[in-house]
Amino acid sequence: MTAAASPQKAPLLELRGITKAFPGVLANDRIDLDLLAGEVHALLGENGAGKSTLISILSGMYRPDAGTIRFEGRDVVIDSPRAAIELGIGTVYQHLTLVPTLSVLENLMLGSQSGTGRLDLAGARERFADLARLLGVDFKPGTRAGALALGQQQQVEIMKALWRQGSRVLILDEPTSMLTQQGYEELRRELEHLTAEGLAVVLITHKLHEAIELGDRVSVLRAGRKVGSLAPADLRGRSESELSARIVEMMFGEQASELADAVEVEAAPAAREQPRRRELGPVALAVRGLGLDADDEAVALADVGIEVRAGEIVGIAGVDGNGQREVAELIAGQRRPRAGEIRLFDEDVTRIGVRERERRGLRYVTDDRLEEGTVGDLDVAMNAVLKRIGRAPFWRGGAERRAEIDRFAEDLVARFDVRTPSVRTRVATLSGGNVQKLLLAREFAGKPRVVVFNKPTHGLDVRTAQFVRHQIREAAEGGLAALVISTEVEELVDLCDRIVVMSRGRVTGEVESSAGAEERIGALMVARAESGA
Amino acid sequence: MRARTMRLGEATLIAVVPIVLALVVMGVLLAVLGRDPFTFYADMFQRGLFEWEGFQESIIRSAPLLLIAAGLIVAFRASLWNLGGDGQFLLGAALTAGFAPSLLDSLGVWPMLVITMAIAIAIGGAWTLIPAILRGRYGVNEIITTLMMSFIGIGVANVLVKGPFRTDIGGVARTDLVPFDERLPLLFGTRIHLGFVIGVAAILAVHLLMTRTSLGLRLRVLGASPRAALHAGLSPVRLTVIAFALSGALIGLSGSIEILGVQGSFRADFNPAYGLLVIPLVFLARLNAIGSLVLVIVFSVIQIGGESAARQAEITSDVLLVLVGLMLLFMAVIEYVRVRRGIGTAYVPPEVADRVRPPGGQGGDGGASGVPAGEPRPAVGAGEVGSG
Repeated sequence: MTAAASPQKAPLLELRGITKAFPGVLANDRIDLDLLAGEVHALLGENGAGKSTLISILSGMYRPDAGTIRFEGRDVVIDSPRAAIELGIGTVYQHLTLVPTLSVLENLMLGSQSGTGRLDLAGARERFADLARLLGVDFKPGTRAGALALGQQQQVEIMKALWRQGSRVLILDEPTSMLTQQGYEELRRELEHLTAEGLAVVLITHKLHEAIELGDRVSVLRAGRKVGSLAPADLRGRSESELSARIVEMMFGEQASELADAVEVEAAPAAREQPRRRELGPVALAVRGLGLDADDEAVALADVGIEVRAGEIVGIAGVDGNGQREVAELIAGQRRPRAGEIRLFDEDVTRIGVRERERRGLRYVTDDRLEEGTVGDLDVAMNAVLKRIGRAPFWRGGAERRAEIDRFAEDLVARFDVRTPSVRTRVATLSGGNVQKLLLAREFAGKPRVVVFNKPTHGLDVRTAQFVRHQIREAAEGGLAALVISTEVEELVDLCDRIVVMSRGRVTGEVESSAGAEERIGALMVARAESGA
Repeated sequence: MRARTMRLGEATLIAVVPIVLALVVMGVLLAVLGRDPFTFYADMFQRGLFEWEGFQESIIRSAPLLLIAAGLIVAFRASLWNLGGDGQFLLGAALTAGFAPSLLDSLGVWPMLVITMAIAIAIGGAWTLIPAILRGRYGVNEIITTLMMSFIGIGVANVLVKGPFRTDIGGVARTDLVPFDERLPLLFGTRIHLGFVIGVAAILAVHLLMTRTSLGLRLRVLGASPRAALHAGLSPVRLTVIAFALSGALIGLSGSIEILGVQGSFRADFNPAYGLLVIPLVFLARLNAIGSLVLVIVFSVIQIGGESAARQAEITSDVLLVLVGLMLLFMAVIEYVRVRRGIGTAYVPPEVADRVRPPGGQGGDGGASGVPAGEPRPAVGAGEVGSG
C-alpha cells in the first residue's frame, strides 16, 4: 500500500480507524481513508461491504462507534447532516430526492433556506449560473424538476450537494446506476471539471471498470474492512485488465481465480458465449396493444406488444422509468390495462388476478426487493411462502404449520445458496444479493412456465449477478419463457435472444442479439427520447 | 411473536419507563399543587390494587378496555388507523341499552345477552365500512374518515337515546334500566362480570389470529407494505375491509359489555372516551396483544385507584388525564431519541414503522434530504436501502 502519493499535498479529509457496528454486523471495521483535493477517490466493494455505512458516517447520518475524522488537519465531529454541510461535504444519494413539482431553482433553494429569511432569488440565480457553467448543464433554472431526464435530475442533485458556497467534498453514491452510456460520459466530464476546481470526490460503485475509469485513487472494501487501495501512481500506465486482476484479488481474496469468468463479463462485455441453440416452443406469453393511463405512480403506455416463446429469453431495454415496470406489473396482474390484452398459452388472462395467473405458471420477480418482493420484518421462511399464504401444506384450515414452512424454506435456501444464519432470520438483515437469491428461489419453486424478471441483477455484486444470469439461462434451457427487463444493455445482449426497446411508454423497436446490437439499442433508446419531447 | 426484534426485557423496560417518568413528574405537579404525592400514590395503589373491592373495580374497568385494545391491534397491525373507537363503542352501547329491555321481556336473559352483543358487534363492524371502502378502494386517509364517522356515531347514539330508546321516567334522557340480576353473570361470587372473561378471550384470540393464522399474516403483510400484499396476490381492498370490520366489531362489543356489565342503561351524553384512551396503551405494548393485556390492567388500576386518590386529595380526577398526557409525552421523547440514534423504534413495531414514517421524509433542515443508505438495513423506517 502506498501512503499519500503526492507528498506535497496533505489530505483534505482523513478518516482513521472508523468503526461502526450494527446488531450482528460489523459494518465498518477500522477503516482508514484519505480524500485529497482534486481527486476522485473510488470506493469499490460488493453489497454489504460497508460502503454505504461509511458515506453515511461522512455525511452525518450515522455516528461512528470509534475512529477519528480530520478535516484540513483538525479533528472534527460530524454528528448531523448539518455539520457535514457546514464543513462543505455534500452528498448525492442513489435515489433521487428532488420534488418533481417544484422548479430546479426551488429544489436547490429548499436545502439552503435558513429559518424564515426572505428568499434570495438573485443570489440563487447567480449560484445556479456558476454551477451550470461548471457542470455544463443545458436546462433553465425555472424548469420543473419532474420534466427533466434522469441524467439531468442527477445533475440537479449534484448542484444541490454543491449549492453551499465553499463546498469541498462531493460524495456520489452509485451515481451511474441510472445513467445511459451517454449519461455516463457526461458524468465523467463533470468529474473532470469538478476535480479541476479542487474538489475532493468520493465515488461509490460496485462496478470494477467504473472505479478504474473514473477514479484517481481506488479503495476496496470487503466485509467492512478496507482490504486494499491503489494510489494514482499505481493506476497510471497499467492496462485495465491488469488493474482488474489486482482489484479482484483484493475483493475476493483467494477465491479470485474461480471468479475469473464472472469478472470477464463485468470488465470486458465484448467477450461472451456466442451462439445459443435452444429449441423454441409455442408462444407462452403474448401482450398485444397494451395501453395504460398515467397516474401518480405509473407512466402511460401505448400500444405495447411483446411475444415470448417457451424456451426463449426476451429482453426489454430502456432507460429506467420508460414504462418497463408498468408492463411487468400489467403482465403480473398487479395493474389493470386501459386497452389491450395479455395472453398466457393462448388464453386471455387480462381480467384475472395475480393468484390465478400464478396458478397458470406465471411469476414476476420484482425489482423492488425490499418494499414489494419481501416484507423485511418477517423472517426468511415466511417470505419464502409469502405468495402461498393460506395454502396447503403450509397452512391447514387457516392455522400455520411452522415445521412445513421452515422445511420448504430450508430447501430453497440450500438450493439457491442464500447466505442467512437461519430461516428464522429477518429478511431486513440480509444483503441485497441474498434477498434477490431468496426471491429467485421463491419464484422458481413450483415449476414456473413464464417469468418476468425486472432488473434481476440490479445492484448485485459480480458473483451474484453471474449466478442469477446462470439460473435464468438454465431455466430457459428447460423450456421457461423469460422476459428480462434491464437498464444494462450489455447484459441484455449477453443474456437474451431478442431485445425489445422501450421509450416513453412505447415499444420503439426490436433487435436480435448479435454483434453490434448495443449501438442499435442505444439509438432506439435515445432517438425517441429526443423526438418524443 | 415471530418477528420479535426486541427482547422481552427491553420491551418491558420501554413500556415501564414512560409510566414511571409520568408518575414522577405527576408527583412533582401534585407537590406544586400542595398535595403530598406519596400519600396520593399510596392511596392510588391501595385502592386500585391492594384493596379487594378496589381491585375488583379495576378488573371490571379493564373489561371494555381489553376489547378495545384487541380491536385496535387488529387494525393497527394492518397499518389501518382506526381512530373511530368512541363512535363504535357508543353505538354498540346505545343499541344494546335500547334493545335489551324489550328483548329481556320477550326472550329472557341469555337470548337478550347474546342478541344485544351480536347487534353491537354488527353495528361496530358496519360503522367502519365506509372508511374501509374509501381507504381500500380510493386511498382516502382513514384517520380522518374514522374520526368523522366517530362524531356521527356519537351523535346517532345520542339521538337514539333521546328519541326512540328513551324511557318514560323523567330526568336525564336514558334508556330503561336492565335489572342488576339480569345483566352479565358475575364470576364466582365476586363483582367481576363475564365481560372480563370475554375481554381476555378476545385479546388471546387476537394474539393467535395475528401470530398463528394465515389471515393474521395477510393483515401484517398489508400493514408492512400494500405493494408487497398486491405482489403476493392478496387483495388489499378485501383485507382492509376485513381488518376494519374486525376492529369495529370488537370495539362495538366493548360498548355492549359496558352496558350489560356495569351501566345497565345508557344515559344521554354518556361517553367515557375509552376508544382514544386505549391507543397509547397498545403502542406502549408495541401492538402486542399479550403486552396490552398487562398494560390495560395496570392502567385500570391507576384509573380506579387514581379516582379515589383524587377524591381523597380533593383534587379533580382530571389529573389522571394529565398522567396519560405525560405518558404520551415521554413515549414520544423515547421514540424520537431511539429513532434519532438509530437504535430502532420504541413503540411502533418495525413491521409498520415504514408506513408510519415513510422513508425519504425530509430531515429537520432540508439540506441533506434523502435517507442514509445503511448497508445492514436498520430496523427503522429511516433506512430504505438502495439495493446497491
